[in-house]
Amino acid sequence: MKISTIKDILNAEVIVPARDMDAEVNLACASDMMSDVLAFVKDQAVLLTGLCNPQVIRTAGMMDMKCVVLVRGKRPDPLMAKLAEEYDIALLASSCHMYVACGLLYEGGLRPVKGC
Amino acid sequence: MGLHLEFEVLGDNFSSAGTASEEVKRKLKHLGIGSEDVRRVAIAMYEGEMNMVIHAGGGRAIVDIYLDRIEIELVDKGAGIPDIELAMTPGYSTAKESVRCLGFGAGMGLPNMKKYTDKMEIQSVVGEGTTVKMTAFFH
Repeated sequence: MKISTIKDILNAEVIVPARDMDAEVNLACASDMMSDVLAFVKDQAVLLTGLCNPQVIRTAGMMDMKCVVLVRGKRPDPLMAKLAEEYDIALLASSCHMYVACGLLYEGGLRPVKGC
Repeated sequence: MGLHLEFEVLGDNFSSAGTASEEVKRKLKHLGIGSEDVRRVAIAMYEGEMNMVIHAGGGRAIVDIYLDRIEIELVDKGAGIPDIELAMTPGYSTAKESVRCLGFGAGMGLPNMKKYTDKMEIQSVVGEGTTVKMTAFFH
């Protein structure tokens, strides 16, 4: 699924665009606990989270993730946005709740990271 | 001869936590190490760095990169770990609620570090501090 498609499905606002918004994302992971995210090494993934601090982007960056979606209408602070830009990670914000956001992406064909 | 790097990890500075791991990740990429190896080393070191920030008031990270492997030594002067076996149990954490609210303290740090490296040793003395040594071979 393309990052741009994720944006459309979740009716999300692009806070920081990735250089290639048509880059493919193969897997999704949803968690507010970053160590749980770090337990599953996969690239080309999107992270859905309700957590809003710079460590979210660092975690995604360590894992070579392409996209982070903040759910429940959360807004990033300036450092978070700056880090997303440095890592070339698309940072999106959606008003969807986590359960709904996951359901919509699953329905769209995006599958989970194994074990996540 | 390897490449020797040292980092001061600041304690209780949650915003800057992870910068040493970012630097090591950049170096490994620059050296042309495979992306899977770079990722698992970065994650292991990041977890260790977060542990020092959260539990030990910071510490030092000493990193040596050789042709076939990386050695990471994390040294802190924190409270120490009374029961290492218990601390290694997935899900076990002594992190404060304030840390959990920031997305850490899931009790997966040490298990993740062991999972993503080929060798890990922990030496800890209660009241004096902890040293974690990790080795990861490049494939």
